[in-house]
Amino acid sequence: MSLRFIAVWRRNFLVWRKLAIPSILGNLADPLIFLFGLGYGLGSLLGNMGGTSYFAFLAGGFLASSSMFAATFESLYSAFSRMQMQKTWDAILNTPMTLEDILAGEWAWAATKSLAAGACMLLVVSAFGFAASPLALASIPVVALVGLAFAGIGLSINALATGYDFFSYYMTLVLTPMMMLSGVFFPADQLPAAVQLAAQLLPLSHGVALARPLLLGEVPQAVLLHVAVLLAYAGGGFYAAVLLTRRRLLT
Amino acid sequence: MSLTVKGLRKSYGAAEVLAGVDFEVASGECFGLLGPNGAGKTTTLKLCLGLLEPGAGTIRLLGHDVPAQARVARQRVGVVPQFDNLDPDFTVAENLVVYGRYFGLKDRDIKARISELLEFAGLGGRADARIQTLSGGMKRRLTLARALVNDPQLIFMDEPTTGLDPQARHLIWERLRRLRQEGKTLILTTHFMEEAERLCSRIAIMDHGRIIAQGTPRALIADHIEPQVVEVHGNGVEQWMEHAKGLAPRVERAGETVFCYAADVEPVIGALRGQHELAYLHRPANLEDLFLKLTGRDLRD
Repeated sequence: MSLRFIAVWRRNFLVWRKLAIPSILGNLADPLIFLFGLGYGLGSLLGNMGGTSYFAFLAGGFLASSSMFAATFESLYSAFSRMQMQKTWDAILNTPMTLEDILAGEWAWAATKSLAAGACMLLVVSAFGFAASPLALASIPVVALVGLAFAGIGLSINALATGYDFFSYYMTLVLTPMMMLSGVFFPADQLPAAVQLAAQLLPLSHGVALARPLLLGEVPQAVLLHVAVLLAYAGGGFYAAVLLTRRRLLT
Repeated sequence: MSLTVKGLRKSYGAAEVLAGVDFEVASGECFGLLGPNGAGKTTTLKLCLGLLEPGAGTIRLLGHDVPAQARVARQRVGVVPQFDNLDPDFTVAENLVVYGRYFGLKDRDIKARISELLEFAGLGGRADARIQTLSGGMKRRLTLARALVNDPQLIFMDEPTTGLDPQARHLIWERLRRLRQEGKTLILTTHFMEEAERLCSRIAIMDHGRIIAQGTPRALIADHIEPQVVEVHGNGVEQWMEHAKGLAPRVERAGETVFCYAADVEPVIGALRGQHELAYLHRPANLEDLFLKLTGRDLRD
């Protein structure tokens, strides 16, 4: 691996630049619609959530989950197009680039998409008067870290994929339940004790545990633990992606 | 030597794809790897590029051990793959710039070469065209231009003209000759015998993971096959074939056509005079005859 991976990142950036506006809207529209719909609609029924509005509560959760989805889409569907449909990776492998360079470029790129989606979310939320504390800015590196974790996992899934349909399993069987269990919509302490324990193993739980307090202007508890879990998913996911993609393309 | 391959083997489970391959390519040569589908041509190319781990054997490419130093070796190598993998989201010029970056080249240096590369590929004035608007032949030429972006010493081409019409094919052949005049080393796989005969200074014929013959096209034909051929077809060719077996040393049938191979085909042509039901063609033996003699006429899938 070397800094050459930047060439792959730049390739993806050049494509994105041509489609930037629809891409940003696509990444933002879904979480924002949910945030405003649920935040104001459901929020008016719920009243206060431990001293904050439901909207403010939800904003931190959605910041983490939208960055999860941004990295996931990029490392599943978009990476699969490049690897399998367009054979872009095959073309790059004929140059001095290695498979590790390519995957590192894709990994960094997917995390960049998370970062961009998160930053836009933050901008919109703060325009409505939430996330007013300077601490909210610290959620930007959190969003990038969540992106790296889910991009690492996504690239591993991509290496195993037989087609686009394969990804529906991961989306509906893994990500959707994870969103329910990770405290995005409601505090995780509402869950049965055993489920709460299992939820502690999910990377999104740790992303939410960092993003939510920061958006509310508080310093999160157990920062090192949350960061360590996200880093472990990021590193483990990337390592698995290298092994699995090598098996797929270079044997 | 630009490329030296010794004792190369590769297996997938119990299936041996390469069963000991040896060849050398000198600088400035055009070397052709010929063989039916599944003979191991593409696997050989991938091994030479360091994209696969060999089961046994050694590869030296431009003075570097492969796969150990494959990255350094690939710095001065160009590749034209069998299937187009141009970037569909980019224009013609963007494809060259983005590809050049993979070699660590600076944008400024790549951009300075674009018009020259496009001129070479017959794509002058098309720098801003989108890939979807290009014909098959143009895409192939752009792929060739892309393989030249790093000014390679050696270029691997996997079936460079498969799927092209005759006009497009001749243009590619003309460009490849020009590259040889510039001193580039070319290594191509093909199953067009005409292509190999026109372009290659030396060829190797592969089958079942081995090289079964190697040399200049003329020498191979002279060594392995009778110099003259008479092709016969028409009503009653089956009965006539029995008669022909006494007139030529080698007589073969493929479908409705009988091939008579001999140094002296006068007896065969004499016997065909007055056979109004039969049509024939007399021609010198070529590489395709040699290829079919060595690899057989059975269909490969």
